[in-house]
Amino acid sequence: MISHFLKLEWKQFFRSSSFGKSIGAKILIGFFAVYFILIFLGLGFGGFFALKEMYPEKDPLVLVNSFLLFAITGDLMFRYLMQKLPVMNIKPMLLLPIKKKTIVNYVLVKSSFSFFNIMSLFFYIPFSVVLIKEGYDTNGVLGWLFLMILLVQCINFLNFLVNKNNIAFGVMIAILLGGFLVQRYEIFNLAGYVGQGFDFIYQNPIYSLVSIIVLAVLYQLNYKQLRSQVYLDEAIATKVKEVNSSDLSWLNRFGDVAPFMKNDLRLITRNKRTKSSFFILIIGLFYGLFFYPQPVYADKEFFYAFIGVFSTGTFLINFGQFIPAWDSGYYNMLMSQNFKYERYLKSKFTLMSASVVILFVLGIPYVYFGWKILVVHFAAAIYNIGVNTHVIMYGGAFNRKKINLDEKAAFNYQGTGAVQWLIGIPLMILPMGIFALLNWLVNFEIAVIVLAGLGLIGLGFHKKLMMAITKKYVASKYKMIHSFKQEN
Amino acid sequence: MIHTTEISKKYGKTEVLNIDALEIPTGQSFGLVGNNGAGKTTYFNILLDLIRPTSGAITNHDIVVSKSEEWKNFTGSFIDESFLIGYLTPEEYFDFIGDLRGMNKADVTKFLGQFDEFFNEEILGKKKYLRDLSKGNQKKVGIVAAMMGNPQVVILDEPFANLDPTTQIRLKKIIKDLAENKEITVLVSSHDLTHVTEVCERIVVLDKGNVVKDIKTSSETLKELESYFSV
Repeated sequence: MISHFLKLEWKQFFRSSSFGKSIGAKILIGFFAVYFILIFLGLGFGGFFALKEMYPEKDPLVLVNSFLLFAITGDLMFRYLMQKLPVMNIKPMLLLPIKKKTIVNYVLVKSSFSFFNIMSLFFYIPFSVVLIKEGYDTNGVLGWLFLMILLVQCINFLNFLVNKNNIAFGVMIAILLGGFLVQRYEIFNLAGYVGQGFDFIYQNPIYSLVSIIVLAVLYQLNYKQLRSQVYLDEAIATKVKEVNSSDLSWLNRFGDVAPFMKNDLRLITRNKRTKSSFFILIIGLFYGLFFYPQPVYADKEFFYAFIGVFSTGTFLINFGQFIPAWDSGYYNMLMSQNFKYERYLKSKFTLMSASVVILFVLGIPYVYFGWKILVVHFAAAIYNIGVNTHVIMYGGAFNRKKINLDEKAAFNYQGTGAVQWLIGIPLMILPMGIFALLNWLVNFEIAVIVLAGLGLIGLGFHKKLMMAITKKYVASKYKMIHSFKQEN
Repeated sequence: MIHTTEISKKYGKTEVLNIDALEIPTGQSFGLVGNNGAGKTTYFNILLDLIRPTSGAITNHDIVVSKSEEWKNFTGSFIDESFLIGYLTPEEYFDFIGDLRGMNKADVTKFLGQFDEFFNEEILGKKKYLRDLSKGNQKKVGIVAAMMGNPQVVILDEPFANLDPTTQIRLKKIIKDLAENKEITVLVSSHDLTHVTEVCERIVVLDKGNVVKDIKTSSETLKELESYFSV
């Protein structure tokens, strides 16, 4: 039976519809994976010596132990957000003569080998090797390593138990934040306290066997929970949420583009992929906070332009780069309806422009870091509305990738093609380049005026530009219809 | 023999199924009809232990389906395309099911040979994954897979939907042949009254989860059903 499952797993991986389609995205994800593995390996091999150097009077193992509580809680939180039991895959098995027990065990055991569990081993194993080489007690280190490996597995199964529970998530945040604060203000060293437990295991490695019992109990709990839920109306149910139909009649003031804008807003608020873009929006808005407080960037005015374009244009870029792919699921229907293409595009334009204005207003507090920043942001916002909106919509005409709205956005490269990457250059680099050049050659004021001026020129030619873009869309209509029909 | 006793299924306060007693003797070809939401699929899902009833139980050849899984050995079924494994080719899928049902490759090939006409050269040797087949062709695969390994009970949920007319006629013949064998119990649900009356000896009408009619099929049955549903 297991061999059957493994064969299926193999085929599923290599035949998954995304496999091999977008090589670029694959390479990028692979790059990230390798990057993290290298970092972990580096920490594993080099961590010991780095700690020794920084705190020569302390034992590196004790130091690591005293941080493990944070590592574990952080790991758990990360999994809480990212890792789910892949139960949907077992639906076809339910009709077949396979015992549910086998299915449940298979799903659980499989989860043991997930990337989340392997990742941290890239740290623990080399770290242990270094410890042994440095003359630590071999048994002690092996016991410690054994505990770590099983602990990772425990976290794995603990996550599935608490996964749907928001209180558990709150507790995790409380431990992480509380632990940090009490330590910071030297009230009580919670993590250090837990760390002593790990020190104890190193001294008495035999006690690491206790983790087997913990793991067995957690596994059993998982088994019981899942076994009682292998039903179509439980774990394998596709959730149907009760919906509130929203009245967006306030949008009617936008005239004949209002129907499309209503639709777009519903699209954004009701689909997984678009909803998770909201997080990116928040990151974009606060992007400046990574740079402005640092004195290194304080006098680099050209950098203001980059952040200005980025933080007022997050939505523009995120949403705009997938026009018209957002509507790919029902593009045929749209194309057979009675409306002018221009209106469809106009509604997207209005939406993106509004977002730029809103993000600019929300970003006004950046003035705290200097009035120049606000001025540049203002110019960048105008540039976004006048130039970038048109550029990105024009780029959309080359969009040939379908988007499945039900999948989340993080690490989802569905719908991204070469165009999406290339378009980033004129969108972000160009305004920054122009600004930097003028700021260097002439002065700050002229640079700002030119940046804003370009935006105003774009706005002035708005009608003409829209006509050109519409023409492009109409010309590639059939190609789009054809390619949006392809499941990828 | 499939034995249903005092079965009910509730979601919150809404009751979607409530059957006091329903017995389907071995060898009967049994048809389930009803409008959308009548409870047909719910009944089949409970019979296949895909959902648990709120109360009551179904026994399939003396096995309480929610207690033991032994019934799976002699029950073949197809509910909808979501139960297929989309990343396999039809051949691989049949081999997989065959394996589970104790058939070797030769058995599977021989078995599939009977369905050449039904497949209409659209299934085998096409080098396509199941997920890339049309709905109708996916259905053909699911239906044939449900009959693998000499099951004693065959359950098909809306087998005629999405099929082209020729295939519908061929499927009717297949089901009739299956029903001729007095060892095999066939359960079919459908929205198409003509089809059910043609292939089933007995027809049960569900409405809002209740059995409202239990008819032994005769030449009058179609008229009776049509008049019932034309309200």
